[in-house]
Amino acid sequence: MTTSKAQKAESRKGRSIAPSPKEGQVLSGAQQVIAALEAEGVTTLFGYPGGTVIDIYDALYDSEKLHHVLVRHEQGAAHAADGYARATGRPGVCLVTSGPGATNTVTGIATAYMDSVPMVILTGQVATAAIGTDAFQESDITGITLPITKHSYLVKDVHDLPRVIHEAFHIATTGRPGPVLVDLPSDISKAKCEFHYPVEEPNIPSYKPTYRGHSKQIKQAARYIAAARKPVIYAGGGIIASNAEDELLELAELMQIPVTTTLMAKGAFPYDNPLALGMPGMHGARYTNMALSESDLIIALGTRFSDRVIGRKGTFARNAKVIHADIDPAEIGKNRAVDVPIVGDVRGIIAGIVAELRRTEAKPKSLAWVDHVDEMRSQYPMRHPVSEAVIMPEVVIERLNALTADRDTIVTTEVGQHQMWAAQFLDTRRPRSFISSGGLGTMGFGFPAAIGAQAAYPDSLVVCLAGDGSFQMNSQEMATAKAAGLPVKVIIFDNQCLGMVRQWQQLFYHGRYSQTLFDDSIVNFVALGHAYGWHAAEVSDPAQLDEALKDLINSEGPALLNVQIAQSELVLPMVAPGSAIDESVAARNVAPTIMPEGKGE
Amino acid sequence: MNWTLSVLVENKPGVLTRVTSLISRRGFNIESLAVGTTEDPTRSRITLVVDTDADSIEQITKQLHKLVDVYKITNLTEEDSIDRELVLFKVNAVPERRHEIIEVADVFRASIVDFGRTSLTIEATGTAEKMAALDDLLRSYGIKEIVRTGKISLSRGSHD
Repeated sequence: MTTSKAQKAESRKGRSIAPSPKEGQVLSGAQQVIAALEAEGVTTLFGYPGGTVIDIYDALYDSEKLHHVLVRHEQGAAHAADGYARATGRPGVCLVTSGPGATNTVTGIATAYMDSVPMVILTGQVATAAIGTDAFQESDITGITLPITKHSYLVKDVHDLPRVIHEAFHIATTGRPGPVLVDLPSDISKAKCEFHYPVEEPNIPSYKPTYRGHSKQIKQAARYIAAARKPVIYAGGGIIASNAEDELLELAELMQIPVTTTLMAKGAFPYDNPLALGMPGMHGARYTNMALSESDLIIALGTRFSDRVIGRKGTFARNAKVIHADIDPAEIGKNRAVDVPIVGDVRGIIAGIVAELRRTEAKPKSLAWVDHVDEMRSQYPMRHPVSEAVIMPEVVIERLNALTADRDTIVTTEVGQHQMWAAQFLDTRRPRSFISSGGLGTMGFGFPAAIGAQAAYPDSLVVCLAGDGSFQMNSQEMATAKAAGLPVKVIIFDNQCLGMVRQWQQLFYHGRYSQTLFDDSIVNFVALGHAYGWHAAEVSDPAQLDEALKDLINSEGPALLNVQIAQSELVLPMVAPGSAIDESVAARNVAPTIMPEGKGE
Repeated sequence: MNWTLSVLVENKPGVLTRVTSLISRRGFNIESLAVGTTEDPTRSRITLVVDTDADSIEQITKQLHKLVDVYKITNLTEEDSIDRELVLFKVNAVPERRHEIIEVADVFRASIVDFGRTSLTIEATGTAEKMAALDDLLRSYGIKEIVRTGKISLSRGSHD
């Protein structure tokens, strides 16, 4: 079902493509855009037409290879392309018009940029002669997106178009992946010239990402690992981006090293492996954060020491040496001093470290460390309350685990409490099956991302976990799913409030719930679902939860289940922002209701 | 401290914006900036001076490297380099003090490029230190206006 590893590796570098069947024909710029997308192997794109892209949509009308998903808001197109990319590993593509069409994609582009997702955004632009005149629906989208794109192009000559699009795909998918924007003025779409599409990988002298880790550094890393007594592997989204999950498992098992996986790496290491520590940081398990704090060697692989993971700068793993492998040299040493920096593709680097450890016959870590971590695990287990009166959100996720155990499932999340409960309690069985906005924390991402993932895998079960706040940020995309026949399932964790902000207000703002309670404006989500022709239901009785979930999962088309959950439930444990991660302010063994105002423990 | 970076870039529209906006959005101020094409007309060299600490300059350098249009960055602060700046000083000059000012300019190998009824304009080239010394001396006559090009730097021949 998923793209094979060989295919994915092949798509990342040394790539050459088949010549376009349109090679040598005289085509308009618009026709060239479509021919170029076909030549790049694009099969699905997400978009919304408008004045400056009518020509491109006209050319699309003749395409037999491209499947276009018509969204209801351009932000939905960007997030759907992002979800498609995260689910498949292939670049997501969206097409929108100039001005408001382009600016509506900005949040989607920023989301992809923060999480290093390969995307190509095609925006219409006013005719070249009108640029800079405040023309109708003109916006300087390359300027606006400068800080949130890996690169961008404004095409000013139709002869440049094939090269630009070819480079855009190359840059988006190589090195540290990211979104690339191509701005297409309407007169360029109309202009004609002979179409010549490059088949070789572009040669951009100023852009040569480093893939191969330095062999001396790899040996040095192996020596550090062999000498460490209490190592922890800290694995990030780079493991998934470089398809390094097998290598990661091999390293961990060979040396018996516990593995913590960030939100972006959820699914990169088997959740049920005895060495799995789950997510670190602000909402990580206490045993995970304690293992990191006690560690004498952090092996950071494809990750960036985000503030949500490391807590207060300078306090993270105080006594540990650090090995940091990442494809982006700028991440190394940015948030944490490093002892062994290795720049390159993390898959090859881990393989190199494993080979070196085998060659030197390094011994696995003593059981004492793993046993100690296990002791902490049983001392501070991840727990949650259970109730017969009201549905606990964690229970919803556990029941979803049980009911989908035998099905290939992709789960996306919105942002907030439900996202963190999912991060803590959802069983994610393989890479690319958990999709969530980590860096930017974009509410409104998860639902269109689910549409993107479903478009890539129409036969898979795709479930979006949402909050009642987040879902309303892009609920118009219900029409998209219905019209495109994409049977996404949405579970709304309805606590009638903005739960995560409310949680901060409870813990740090003396319970002053400023603008976070939705009580007086309750939305009828079932009626909303019906309005879009969806299957929709609601459940509030814990005894009926299983039936409701089964009904949702087994329904044919798109379906929504609104789950009324306990409003007061918190995401625990929690490390206060600006604290060290071993200073948990709120944990399960401290009932939040009896905590002194504004302070923990 | 002040760091001098020499950034070799693609000579095309928007590249300067990419470079400068990256520096400002990471929270740093550019003290001086000079741009021009190089021996290869498809490339430009940006010489920029940033006041920050060693960790930050490393981060700025790495981030600049990631820009697709950037070929090469040389940190000239730590290298033996030739640095020049061109400054135009418009100085108050009543007729009886003109000679004095011209003598000062001569010592600095600066030239008088404009004579006004009550002012002189002096063109001076040199290192930042030399310009600072001249600036200091001319202040006693009263400076009407100053404009400077921003520092340009090249590493010395032995580094090729």
